[in-house]
Amino acid sequence: MSSQNLEHHKSIYLKVLLALFVLTVLTVAVSFFDFGSITLAILIGLTIAFIKGFLVAGNFMHLLDEVKPIYWLLALTVVFFFVLFFIPMLWEMNLVTVE
Amino acid sequence: MIEIPYNVKPRQETGLYNAKLGIWLFLASEVMLFGGLFSAYVLLRVGSPVWPPGGEAQLNIPLATINTFNLILSSWTIVKSWIALKENDFKGFKTYMGITLLCSLIFLVIKYFEYSAKLHHGIFPSTDNFYGIYFTLTGLHGLHVIGGLIVNFYLWGPGKKMWKSEPERFTNRVEVSGLYWHFVDLVWIFLFPTLYLL
Repeated sequence: MSSQNLEHHKSIYLKVLLALFVLTVLTVAVSFFDFGSITLAILIGLTIAFIKGFLVAGNFMHLLDEVKPIYWLLALTVVFFFVLFFIPMLWEMNLVTVE
Repeated sequence: MIEIPYNVKPRQETGLYNAKLGIWLFLASEVMLFGGLFSAYVLLRVGSPVWPPGGEAQLNIPLATINTFNLILSSWTIVKSWIALKENDFKGFKTYMGITLLCSLIFLVIKYFEYSAKLHHGIFPSTDNFYGIYFTLTGLHGLHVIGGLIVNFYLWGPGKKMWKSEPERFTNRVEVSGLYWHFVDLVWIFLFPTLYLL
C-alpha cells in the first residue's frame, strides 16, 4: 500500500468504527420494532448486517482498494457459497430426486 | 540456505506476498465452512412450523450486544496496530494489539457466562434444533476467537522480536493476522442478528 493510500485509510478508520457502532444500535433497536411481518423484520435486520459487513470488508480489510487476484478469488467464493447455500434448499423443496 | 521468495515483496504476477494470498485462500475456505452452517440454520428454520421450536429463545441480548461492540472495537484496534507498524511506531503497535487481546478475552469471558447460564438452566445443544445450531455456530466462532487470540498474543509477545530483524515481514504478519481477525468480526456481525434478534 502506498503512503498516500495509507493516509487515506487512516482518515476513514475512525469514521467506519463510529458508523459500525451506530448501525449496531440500529440493529438492536429495529429488533424491538413490530414490522407486522417476520420476513420484513429479517430483511431489514440482514440489510443492516450486510451494510456493516461491507464497511468492515471494504475498509478494515481494504477490499475497496485491493489487487485483482483477490477480487477473482472472492468472486469464485461467492459463486460456490451460493451453490452450497441453495443445493440443500432445492432438496428441501423436492426439486432434487434420488433414483 | 535457500530463501523463500515473496515473504515481503509482492510477487509480480499477483501483486501479493505469499502470506497475504494464503490468508485470503484460507478465508475463502472459512466462508464455505460458515456458509454451510448458515445454510443448515436456514433449512432448520424454514422446516420448523415454530421458531425457535421450544418457544422464545432464552438468549442474553444485552451481553451479546456488548460483545458486538467489543469485537467491532477490536477490529479497529488491530488495524490501528498495523498502521502503527507502518509508521515505525512499535509502542503504538504494542498498545493497540494489547487492547485487541483484551477485547478478545472479554468476548470469551462474556461467552463463558452466557454458556454457563444456559447449561445451568438445563439448556444443551440437544434441547432442540435452535439450541443445536446456536451452540454449533457460536461454539465454532468462539474457537476462531481463541485461535486469533493465540496468534495475536504470539505477535504481541514472543513473536515481536522479528520487528528488530525483519520489520517489513513482521508488519505483514500483523496485516495477515488482522485480516483473519476482521473475518471473525464479520461472522459475528451476521451471527448476532440471526441468532439473537430475528
